[in-house]
Amino acid sequence: MRVSETLRTSIRSLGLNKVRSFLTMLGVVIGVFAVISLIALGRGMQNYISEQFDALGSNLLFVMPGRMDMTADPARNFARNKLEKKHVDMINTYASEYVENVAPHIEIGEKIRYKTKTFNAGVIGSSYVGKDMYNFDVKEGSFFTKTDETTKSRVVILGPEVVKKLFPNRSPIGETVKIGDDSYKVIGVFKEKGRAYDEQVIVPYTTLSDTFDIKNYGSISIKVRNAQDVDTATKQIRSALLRDLKPDDFSVMSQKDILSTINSILGILTSFLGAIAGISLLVGGIGIMNIMLVSVTERTREIGLRKALGATSKNIAFQFMIEAILLSIGGGIIGLLFGYLASFVARSFIRAEIPIWSIILALGFSMVVGVLFGTYPALKASRKDPIEALRYE
Amino acid sequence: MYTSKNSSSKNSPILEARNICKYYDMGDTRITAVKNASLSVYPGEFVAIVGKSGSGKSTLMHMIGLLDTPSEGEIVLNGHLTKNFKENQLANIRNSEIGFIFQAFNLLQRTTALDNVILPLTYSNVPKADWNKKAIDMLTMVGLGNRLYNRSNELSGGQKQRVAIARALINNPSIILADEPTGNLDSKTGTEIMELFLHLNTQGKTIVLVTHDDDLAEIAQRKVVLRDGEIINQ
Ligand SMILES: Nc1ncnc2c1ncn2[C@@H]1O[C@H](COP(=O)(O)OP(=O)(O)OP(=O)(O)O)[C@@H](O)[C@H]1O
Ligand SMILES: [Mg+2]
Repeated sequence: MRVSETLRTSIRSLGLNKVRSFLTMLGVVIGVFAVISLIALGRGMQNYISEQFDALGSNLLFVMPGRMDMTADPARNFARNKLEKKHVDMINTYASEYVENVAPHIEIGEKIRYKTKTFNAGVIGSSYVGKDMYNFDVKEGSFFTKTDETTKSRVVILGPEVVKKLFPNRSPIGETVKIGDDSYKVIGVFKEKGRAYDEQVIVPYTTLSDTFDIKNYGSISIKVRNAQDVDTATKQIRSALLRDLKPDDFSVMSQKDILSTINSILGILTSFLGAIAGISLLVGGIGIMNIMLVSVTERTREIGLRKALGATSKNIAFQFMIEAILLSIGGGIIGLLFGYLASFVARSFIRAEIPIWSIILALGFSMVVGVLFGTYPALKASRKDPIEALRYE
Repeated sequence: MYTSKNSSSKNSPILEARNICKYYDMGDTRITAVKNASLSVYPGEFVAIVGKSGSGKSTLMHMIGLLDTPSEGEIVLNGHLTKNFKENQLANIRNSEIGFIFQAFNLLQRTTALDNVILPLTYSNVPKADWNKKAIDMLTMVGLGNRLYNRSNELSGGQKQRVAIARALINNPSIILADEPTGNLDSKTGTEIMELFLHLNTQGKTIVLVTHDDDLAEIAQRKVVLRDGEIINQ
């Protein structure tokens, strides 16, 4: 019997029980959909983070508290945060050769209020040199100055999203907003840069550290004079800090290091979630096997008849096998379409992406599921004795 | 290997059963469905196998149709011993040399008359391009030229059996084996089907008809009477 003819026969048999065939496929549809959309989302997250780093200036190094190689508990890194003012001075003193600027970085989440309106923003405490380091563009007003920093003045630069919410259709410059219990004067507005940045406000770190009684810095950012000196600068900064800190107390990372760390964490997370979704594909396969076994029993007479008319056991096995594979591949394709649709919808929030390998993986896997779970029913069908099958009622 | 249906001459049997037996072992007891039966069918013959219910007619027919294997004895088809044939050889012979017709019609459910008749062709070497024409010709021959695209559930009993006959004839087999073909039909329709068999026989088809009805058997040239699995008269 020809393959094309077997295909036609199988499609017709599945068509005789449309609802049942569809429900059987559903297991695989959900499995493939879950795998594809999780991978697409994971990819989207990675893209998002890369964009955030691209938006930063180049030549940046970051000193983080604790070890950043995932061997330690991240919570402990924060608990043991020892970065403070003297370390900024040490970098300035002992690594000045390659370093252009050093800026401490503090970050808290706090409500910003203007009259009756509030916005939950990330409040960043930075240095006046931060403007150049992070390539912040102030589209209105100005950034704070060295004097603002030393006098701990209560001034703030708002992100454009914050302005949209608190000051729709008007300029906020010169107005007073409240962060926590204190009033700050708005002196500038940033240009749009990317969602995470646009929802932030920036105040001098000295002010923030004083008002909220924060002794330790979340991180210290360093701008290296020349890109080719990044490695040397890293070494110098490390040895400068080792005068006071133990190797486990801090890490010096370049943008590239941070990006690859985050990407590897996300990669692990994505494959883990993908694997869980893969289990639902297996469950779908069991559903296919179950229905194929029912179908073999129901069609016992048909099997007997086909054998009487000249079908070999191989023909019969092949026919049932093709039916199982059609169910699983069909489910795979529908799941893929839904996954594609979901990632398309998600694209308005995040740059979700379906890599080609995930399509091949999902379809290949559903094919394997069909073969795996179709084999036993197909063998069962092919082994039926034609006489018993014809007498079956 | 098995050779073509044309190799048998007019006076050697198409089909020969030599002392075949069929036992069913059920625990301690042994049921003998067919006992020591010998039978030859010659080209162009119309043979009726008669006997009471349970006398072993269907079992005998299944064995000579190579659907079932005898517990003892030999089946010889066109001069070839079939004992050592492999499963796929037997399937090929059933496809090209034997046409089965059953009491319960056994059409594929919700499938058109045409596709039902095409079914044996899908297991044959006939080129696909010829399938439709052959099947339409055959359905027209059995009087269903106007029912080609009706599904099996849209046909009357008599029409279903005509489809089954067309299906049995489609590969031009050496022999037609019909097991109670009128058993599910009223007497008038049954008679029409029998007339169709007679017509086919005059066209040169070799037919073995299984029935418990002595009157129907009168149509045949030769009667083989079975009682308790034994051939008592032929
Ligand atoms: N699989 C089986 N296991 C045990 N006994 C069987 C089996 N198949 C058939 N038999 C027995 O073999 C005997 C012959 O059965 P068979 O079906 O050949 O009779 P039959 O002459 O065709 O009867 P009917 O006219 O009712 O169709 C019966 O006694 C039946 O019970
Ligand atoms: Mg019978």
